[in-house]
Amino acid sequence: MATITLASKRRRSALRTLAFMSPWLIGFAVFFAYPLISTVYFSFMHYDGFKPPTWSGTKNWTYVFEHYPYFWPALRNTLWLVLVMVTLRVVFGLGVGMLITKIKTGTGVFRTLFYLPYLAPPVAATMAFAFLLNPGTGPVSSILEKIGIPAPGWFNDPNWSKPALTLLALWGIGDLMVIFMAALLDVPQEQYEAAELDGASAWQRFRYVTLPNISPIVMFAVVTGVIQTMQYYTQPLIAGKVASGVIQGAGTQFEPGYPDKSTLTLPQLVYNLGFQRFDYGSACVVALVLFVLSMVFTAFLMRRRGGLNLAGD
Amino acid sequence: MPGMSRKAAIALAASASIALLATACTGQSSSGASDDASKDTTINFWHAWSAASETKAVNALVAGFEKAHPDIHVNVVANMTDDKINQALRTGGDKAPDVISSFTTNNVGKFCSSGALVDLNPFFKKDGIDPETTFPKAMNEYTQFDGDRCTAPLLGDAYGLYYNKTAFAKAGIKNPPRTWSEFETDAKKLTIAKGDSYSQLGFMPDYHGWETTTEHYFAQFSPTYFDKAGRSSLATDPAFQAGFTLQKKLVDELGGFKKLETYRATLGDEWGAKHPFHTGQVAMQLDGEWRLGMALAAKPKFDIGVAPLPVPDDQAGQYGKGYITGTITGIAATSHKQNAAWEFVKYITTNTDAVVNFSNAIHNVPSTLAALKSPNLTYDPRFKTFLDIAANPNSTTSPASINGGVYLATIQNFGYDYENGKVGDLKAGLKKTAAQIDTDIAQAK
Repeated sequence: MATITLASKRRRSALRTLAFMSPWLIGFAVFFAYPLISTVYFSFMHYDGFKPPTWSGTKNWTYVFEHYPYFWPALRNTLWLVLVMVTLRVVFGLGVGMLITKIKTGTGVFRTLFYLPYLAPPVAATMAFAFLLNPGTGPVSSILEKIGIPAPGWFNDPNWSKPALTLLALWGIGDLMVIFMAALLDVPQEQYEAAELDGASAWQRFRYVTLPNISPIVMFAVVTGVIQTMQYYTQPLIAGKVASGVIQGAGTQFEPGYPDKSTLTLPQLVYNLGFQRFDYGSACVVALVLFVLSMVFTAFLMRRRGGLNLAGD
Repeated sequence: MPGMSRKAAIALAASASIALLATACTGQSSSGASDDASKDTTINFWHAWSAASETKAVNALVAGFEKAHPDIHVNVVANMTDDKINQALRTGGDKAPDVISSFTTNNVGKFCSSGALVDLNPFFKKDGIDPETTFPKAMNEYTQFDGDRCTAPLLGDAYGLYYNKTAFAKAGIKNPPRTWSEFETDAKKLTIAKGDSYSQLGFMPDYHGWETTTEHYFAQFSPTYFDKAGRSSLATDPAFQAGFTLQKKLVDELGGFKKLETYRATLGDEWGAKHPFHTGQVAMQLDGEWRLGMALAAKPKFDIGVAPLPVPDDQAGQYGKGYITGTITGIAATSHKQNAAWEFVKYITTNTDAVVNFSNAIHNVPSTLAALKSPNLTYDPRFKTFLDIAANPNSTTSPASINGGVYLATIQNFGYDYENGKVGDLKAGLKKTAAQIDTDIAQAK
């Protein structure tokens, strides 16, 4: 009898736990699990959004990897942005955060100045950058030429379009600056004092005191940065569109990735395949590639996180 | 997260990554309705016009219909993009459109082949209307796919040549060019160098030069995009080779790709007052009929001339043709009021007075042969050029395809590679591009 009561109690406890978790579980099932399973399912189907889906085996996968001309350039661009843009954003965000925590007067003004660009709507900000960096009429190019530096083509040059996008991302560094500032202000002052007493240089204080203390935040910045970059859509699309001067109109097809596919990213392909070509199966293949890539990056970073925690070195 | 297990890390990574995936699974369309159009009913009409003057014109068009059909009321929904329309066509329902209108002809192939829009041929037949004698030839072509006429034209766009009459006079050119040879000569004469750039460019030939796209150029060569089996004719129809060659020659003769692109980057955008044709920076411009109103509104310091685009020297007899596209309208397969919807579609696309009034208000080309000749059309005398291009039986369009405008984008992308010298062997490039188009179409089937 006592055993039955215990089992019953455990069951009730389990049910109660499930009941408390149910809002999250329902949300997870509806918004995460179902789309994921559907995406895998549709990647093996021929589905145009109108007729019922039909089994197509690996046809969509073969098409995307072997015949779709935009896939490999988009993958290369996405990886470039993940490696270069994310790294620079983290380094720059940390640098600005450190600088502002060191400033004694006018901190509020500088915080505001650096944070404000982050609040700019991405479409407006990208358009403004495209006009500022216009190789013919933009003020940046005019200034560079006045001081004798040949201005690059920026968004009109395939070699400069991704660096220009990186500049745009660095301009909107406010989000990272704020979280790095919070982390830096949280580092115990006694540790710096002890390090100074031991004769540690500025670099050594950063390496052995600051970095170990803020390493969870660095990890957070890198992981969210990678995921955001995997989803990078608006800025490259708008930059390419404004720089190309070609507007989608009646009877025309928008050219993705101007100039020369250099601003093409994987999320743009999901839109192109799904909503312009009505090929939802292939769009799902690209979505799954994004899923696998982001999972691999995140798992790799999680495993390597120990490398940032240098306290024990 | 010290001490986090590998499994937990992977689980966390998976959770974070799942957020990247978002796909929409929607219901299927069903069709079939036998409503009585003479009974009191309300239909939904979704269209893409958004400017105040445009929506006012649409409302006037609808008011005319409701006056003629007092039992059918129209609920008008403006500013509907193609994405929203596509979604509604899939889901259906009481609030979904019975009649849609789209600015692009790109989706006609998909709308017809998927059955998202109903075939209008039985409706035309029932009412004794022959689309072949009602609509201009090119408009007939872009509103159907594989014999399924799932859309009808609702005003159109015709492309021609705008030229700076003052610059022409200064250069000693008396008339607009009629052949591409004359065009080349005039473009060079009209080009005035300024250092490494230009103070005036005769013509911006680059494919990114606003409306100088491959399909707009090539219409003057009357190309056949697909053979009878539905395969791309890009490598077999000499019209394409001639078109690509002409454009490349213009690029080379007018300063080369790099110089032209550098100049292009300094010019105003297509839809602003500082469009280079308005400012006199470019003396000739390939463009649609809407440019006339925009150019006049910008108050340029020169006289604007309008003419058809030139034709190849060996097709001089066909001078007057051009590229045609336009807005399309159709009836949703999910609609249960298809007969009432047809009455509306019939009125807005075939009633001469309705089409003429709508054209006068929107400033697009009328989409019926009768309306094109109507004395009630009000327009600047120069607009007549576009009416003639639209009515010209030699004018062409780009046909509907099952995967939308993908083949046009593929051709255009090849054009970019050819004009900038990335691809040197035109024949091999055309063959490869044709194969890509065929592969894309096979994937869509």
